[in-house]
Amino acid sequence: MSSVLFDTPGPRAKRRNVLYTAGFLVVLAAVVWFVYSALDEKGQLAWSLWKPFFTGTEAYTTYIWPGLKNTLEAAALAMVIALPLGAVLGIARLSDHAWVRVTASVVVEFFRAIPVLVLMIFGLALFAQYTDVSSDDRPFYAVVTGLVLYNASVLAEIVRSGILSLPKGQSEAAQAIGLRKGQMMRLVLLPQSVTVMLPAIVSQLVVIVKDTALGGAVLTFPELLASANTMSGYYGNIIASLTAVAVIYVVVNFSLTSFAHWLEGRLRRGKKSTGAVLGAQDVVDVAGAAATGADPAGGPSGTSDTVGTRK
Amino acid sequence: MFDFLGHYDVLGAFWKTVQLTLLSAVGSLVWGTLLAAMRVGPVPLMRGFGTAYVNIVRNIPLTVIILYSSLGLNQTLGVNLGAKGFETINFRLAVLGLIVYTSAFVCEAIRAGINTVPVGQAEAARAIGLGFSQVLGLVVLPQAFRAAVGPLTNVLIALTKNTTVAAAIGVAEAALLMKSMIENEAQLLAISAVIAFGFVCLTLPTGLILGWVGKKVAVKR
Repeated sequence: MSSVLFDTPGPRAKRRNVLYTAGFLVVLAAVVWFVYSALDEKGQLAWSLWKPFFTGTEAYTTYIWPGLKNTLEAAALAMVIALPLGAVLGIARLSDHAWVRVTASVVVEFFRAIPVLVLMIFGLALFAQYTDVSSDDRPFYAVVTGLVLYNASVLAEIVRSGILSLPKGQSEAAQAIGLRKGQMMRLVLLPQSVTVMLPAIVSQLVVIVKDTALGGAVLTFPELLASANTMSGYYGNIIASLTAVAVIYVVVNFSLTSFAHWLEGRLRRGKKSTGAVLGAQDVVDVAGAAATGADPAGGPSGTSDTVGTRK
Repeated sequence: MFDFLGHYDVLGAFWKTVQLTLLSAVGSLVWGTLLAAMRVGPVPLMRGFGTAYVNIVRNIPLTVIILYSSLGLNQTLGVNLGAKGFETINFRLAVLGLIVYTSAFVCEAIRAGINTVPVGQAEAARAIGLGFSQVLGLVVLPQAFRAAVGPLTNVLIALTKNTTVAAAIGVAEAALLMKSMIENEAQLLAISAVIAFGFVCLTLPTGLILGWVGKKVAVKR
């Protein structure tokens, strides 16, 4: 492979690369060996500890699947509630009226500045003191509340930059044919910006799925990570359980990321849209949070041609 | 209304949050830059390792990584990171977990920065005979860092908020303090307001100041 950063390797560079590869392999092998021998010494590699995940379905049906179901349920519900809220907030930030704009901005900036975990802890206490939600359901409500509050403000930013990324001609044309502000937003800008920001929204779903794990660790919400804890109590295999759960998270989130990527590429190639796409990479700028998706280019490709980055 | 504050070390808890943030920020900046260098480098194995690391770590919840370092590394394997006592060990484990997680995002931010450097810069550097590490170290990275200040600021803000996850392994930082205050006191809204105010004080100025710095140092093209 060649890149702008280095010449196509000649005979000497090839030899040097082999040397580097060997050195790196040695370091990598040393780390792997250290972990392996430490695990082996503590008897963590015994087949009986890993067996539940490879033979039989008991571990999956009793522990992992119910946990995964709760994780996905909370994530999906949070997304469904946060999306319209975020759209309203995002549009409000573009309002012509200063008081609407400022209010929405303050709300968005406030909830973006606060950790999700703090919002979840607040939600848990709130439901305990002011509502009669049963104590079994409270963690679920609290997790969803925290996720909604935080992600609505992140989605508001995505919606805002999605609308701003549309060519100016769109709103000018809408004004020229005499549409009112509400009509312009509803009939012209919003429908187009939905396709623009779809990849970013899918990537945000990954962040939500990851954040549900907080509920399991701190709020006793019985999601995937918490199910790993109960499972390790039964099998006595904390490392194996955590690993199994981590693999599931990676599979779920990696498919979401790949889907977002595919969507982004498809929309960017498509002729129907205006050509503006809010990529997964842009979410990092927008959300400042644990977003996903990498720029497909491995090396430097000169100035970025991502339309979505112009704000 | 706020008289419960006298019974708790709120400032101490936020100081812990700041410590977690700063130590992890330095660590993940170093490790993340190394990862970025691996990902754009000429050695295929390192490229593969960097890509795999970023793709795996980014898709695992930070909570799982922190629990790994506590339950797996410490309690099962007996790694203490040279510390004695529950408090210090868990603090260091949390920093380790935060570094492992955040460096994946630092790597991506720096790679995005590298992408903004015009191809001509690297080509000119190669034309005068610089090798890969010189091209990267002397020409591309200095410009990439200046462009990456904005994305890196966002990573830093996310890191500040992510330090709350350390509460999961009992590090006495702001979120854990909030939890115990809520359990013992009645003023839910006042407690939440104090904690929220603390985080706003930490994250908003970071964003404003570094945003200004980012504009100031950006290479005008």
